[in-house]
Amino acid sequence: MADKDIALMAHLMRRAGFGAQYHELEARAAKGYEETVEELLHPEDNPHGMDLDLAERYFIEWNHFVRGVPEHHAWRMINSKNQLEEKMILFWHGILCISDSKLQSYPTEHQELEMFRRCGLGSFRDLLVEISRDPAMIYYLDNCLSHKGAINENYGRELLELFSLGVGMDGEFNYTEDDVKECARAFTGWTIANSIPQQPYGRYAAKFVYNPDDHDDGEKTFLGETGRFNGEDVIDIIVKQPATARFISRHMYNYFVADDVEVPSWMDTPPRDPETIKMLEEEYYRSGYNIRSMLRVLFNSDGFKNARFSRVKSPIETIIGTLRLIGDWTTPKPGLEFIFDEMKYMGQEILNPPSVEGWHTGREWIDGGTLAHRINFVADSVSDAEYPGIRDIINRLANEGPTISPEGLVDGCLQMLGDYEMADETRDMLIAHAEKGSVLRTDAEDFPSQVGETLQMIVATKEYLYA
Amino acid sequence: MTSNRKDPVLVVLQMSGAYDALNTIIPYNDPHYKDYRPMLKVEPEEVLAINDKVGFHPAMAPIKSLYDQGNVAVIQGIGYPNPIRSHFRSMDIWHTAAPDKMGMDGWLGRSIRDLDPNKENVLTGVNFGRGLPRALASSGVSVASVGSLDSLGVLTGIESQDQRSEALDIFARMYSPMIGSGPTNDYLSQTGLDALKGADILSTAPGKYSSSVEYNGDQFSQWCKNVAQVHLAGLGSRVLYTGLNPGAFDTHANQPVALSKLWSDVSVAIGDLYQDLKEHEASEEVVFLMFTEFGRRVQENGSGTDHGSGSVAFVIGDQVEGGLYGEYPSLEPDKLDQGDLRWNNDFRSTYATLLEKWMGLDSKPILRDAYEQFDFIK
Repeated sequence: MADKDIALMAHLMRRAGFGAQYHELEARAAKGYEETVEELLHPEDNPHGMDLDLAERYFIEWNHFVRGVPEHHAWRMINSKNQLEEKMILFWHGILCISDSKLQSYPTEHQELEMFRRCGLGSFRDLLVEISRDPAMIYYLDNCLSHKGAINENYGRELLELFSLGVGMDGEFNYTEDDVKECARAFTGWTIANSIPQQPYGRYAAKFVYNPDDHDDGEKTFLGETGRFNGEDVIDIIVKQPATARFISRHMYNYFVADDVEVPSWMDTPPRDPETIKMLEEEYYRSGYNIRSMLRVLFNSDGFKNARFSRVKSPIETIIGTLRLIGDWTTPKPGLEFIFDEMKYMGQEILNPPSVEGWHTGREWIDGGTLAHRINFVADSVSDAEYPGIRDIINRLANEGPTISPEGLVDGCLQMLGDYEMADETRDMLIAHAEKGSVLRTDAEDFPSQVGETLQMIVATKEYLYA
Repeated sequence: MTSNRKDPVLVVLQMSGAYDALNTIIPYNDPHYKDYRPMLKVEPEEVLAINDKVGFHPAMAPIKSLYDQGNVAVIQGIGYPNPIRSHFRSMDIWHTAAPDKMGMDGWLGRSIRDLDPNKENVLTGVNFGRGLPRALASSGVSVASVGSLDSLGVLTGIESQDQRSEALDIFARMYSPMIGSGPTNDYLSQTGLDALKGADILSTAPGKYSSSVEYNGDQFSQWCKNVAQVHLAGLGSRVLYTGLNPGAFDTHANQPVALSKLWSDVSVAIGDLYQDLKEHEASEEVVFLMFTEFGRRVQENGSGTDHGSGSVAFVIGDQVEGGLYGEYPSLEPDKLDQGDLRWNNDFRSTYATLLEKWMGLDSKPILRDAYEQFDFIK
């Protein structure tokens, strides 16, 4: 098996998942790239992606989800074999945003993330219907306050602006203020059974209710079509629009392939890679708005395969990826809530995006504080030979022979981290750093710490900020 | 303003969790107060009276003493339109100064940009705490965020001093903008080098510092000490930020004990910081703003108080014209806002006053509107 196959598999697993240890990359590469893509695209073949029983017994707060929701999802991101399924939940959570700071109801928020698990790889039309019926969303964007004769435009507007069409495309606006109002009218009557109660009643998830008496059944004109539209009719019109195909394709590209400009600039700034976007748009229509089909085309495209290290890793990718690499949290133990703090300190608190726009990505993940926090978290993790994943790296390097050159040590570590590539100057500096005693003995007592020091320096590089 | 006066410095103290305004500045002679607070009321003889209407919580003696010296402005009835009783959203509003829409960046981040438009000093803004508060975040603005002055910057996990300085040396060279390519490379290089430089400069502060003030060992006291160390080191920092961990003041239960302990710790730390600056003849250079995200429910729940609105904030400093500002919100049942204190002055008035009259900045672009100002700066 060629090294480049493993390098490509490392790329796929960083993007379609949260990274993998080297032995998993080898096994998957042996199985084949396209086969792995298919496996990732079909989480239903392996329900839960893991055995959840033990963790559910241990983390008893998962019984009702009064608390522990971020930790539950972190656990699944770390341990699930269905890596893409988890990655898609985060993808949709970053676009179809809701926020705990408004909802204060973990059960209702959890219910939404589980809906993404159920529908996140299916038809985009169905997903828009589901999110429009989702109690967390209805409360978050005030659709429960939108009534026949007295609309609240919040959901109607964000559905168009942030969830489907986008403000504009190729310099043109995608919809008018009238479209927003008509859209909001179509969703009147889509409400929840009870407003989401604040503490201490937050343990019950809210439920969707359609109230025909409060639905404005009058004629509406929306994006040029006229009829007595209900919400689903409006969604049917939305998903046909080229702007929707573009919007969802650009989001996929930005999340899986390479950092594009931030969403508010999409009206005027063309895509970074128009060819790949066009391919995704075509598949969107061909497949009947099917997300799984679009992802299949994406992962098998050259545009994707050639885009290694062109995205700044998000904080959650950094944290989960590191924990998967070192092999921590594979069995339950106390203290899992630390993970939520780490997300917060690094700038991506799950279930609390800064606004309905979601998180800004790319370089905006990084500022002085978050950079130092990120580097220290990863460096402290990889330099600890107590972790099974790190011990495995040390053993593999030791098995290469009784001695290892500084180059061998640096290149070996880079390979074990998922075939990272460094600028030549950076690699030279890493080698110089490893070169303390010229040739290193792999059976020496301090060999593990030498490996740890090298790993630590690698994860502190600019190159390692990327995935 | 004399020519040798140093640049004004703003220290922001964020009291997370929402302190109970009613038991912080206490309307101890209002008959309604005792009715609403049968278990939690502070007895009139214990209140540190400001006048015959209101007084400080008994645990706030150090701040009361600063008040008596004329150095504390108490902003009563502070709030914002359409109060929200969620900690996160409410704190967001205080951070972004944007109550009506979700704001992305912070009022102090925008202020730092105006204070140092050419990014000449990586330490114009410094945060002491874990994670950067959104108040300080703004695109393109570098703010140093410090967990502790004793372990600064990157690769803090390396224990050996020699090994760490070697590692940092390599780090600095690896983050050269000359290495690497791509649209983000310069930015990442700059941010990495700024973090390094900031940590480098900051790490000199404790060595330059000596004081007769002995701070307590709690985290907030230590951060207050760090504030003094950094200010006294003369590093050109203009905005220093610290506070209590999220939820600290969230006294839904067991409030009497918890609130006394919190106010005691906080007040002692602030008193020490003030004394420290005074000892170094620097107290005229600094003004403190102490705030929380909202007030608490007027009617107690038997053991604590739930989320409310209408709060009280404090501005402290030698250059502060001490006294009571704003009005104490009425406790008449029909004057309450859904059972909470009704705010009567927008928090952005306090921000505008600090920005204009203290920091010498134009508040309008920062706050995105003009707000009426107080006279609490001399």
